[in-house]
Amino acid sequence: MSAELSLWVEIPVAILLVFSSLFALIGAIGLVRMKDYFQRMHPPALASTLGAWCVALASIIYFSALKSGPVLHAWLIPILLSITVPVTTLLLARAALFRKRMAGDDVPAEVSSRRTESGS
Amino acid sequence: MSALLSNAILVSLFIFSLAMILTLIRLFKGPSAQDRVLALDYLYIIAMLMMLALGIRYASDTYFEAALLIALFGFVGSFALAKFLLRGEVIE
Repeated sequence: MSAELSLWVEIPVAILLVFSSLFALIGAIGLVRMKDYFQRMHPPALASTLGAWCVALASIIYFSALKSGPVLHAWLIPILLSITVPVTTLLLARAALFRKRMAGDDVPAEVSSRRTESGS
Repeated sequence: MSALLSNAILVSLFIFSLAMILTLIRLFKGPSAQDRVLALDYLYIIAMLMMLALGIRYASDTYFEAALLIALFGFVGSFALAKFLLRGEVIE
């Protein structure tokens, strides 16, 4: 476990880790400071794309150097996130639109075929 | 592990927890329910990234499986909550 790794492995791993945490921090600051809900949906994407890719790349580099062979299972995390995050984002946006419409706020009207048929 | 890498991991864990505290502010303050769901989803993502950083810190594979589980449960939880906000019930 206490194998000495070369400095050329540790420097990229350290840089990627710090960058990933900075992306997460920027996303959190955006989440706190943005005014509107639909603006607030954007900053978390920074951590779930760039942050996750940076950490996965750091993990791959570190474990590949530690076990002196390719260890690629950390790719699963960004791949899983790239499938699941759009689904939750889309559902949350639709839920927010629905709730704002019910509350009588000024949001775009519903564009489903059923409503337009009954309207015309 | 050299001092460079362990210090970098400590710094990144500190920044991750700072991001979690900022997200908690939004979770408690959030004016509407969807703000709270979004903040909870973001908390799950940051916790998963922290798990991966801890896996590098202790050079262990177990943390990777914990991170995968957190990602899956975060997706299921946010999906169910968003569905609940959309319809008023989780399973139609």
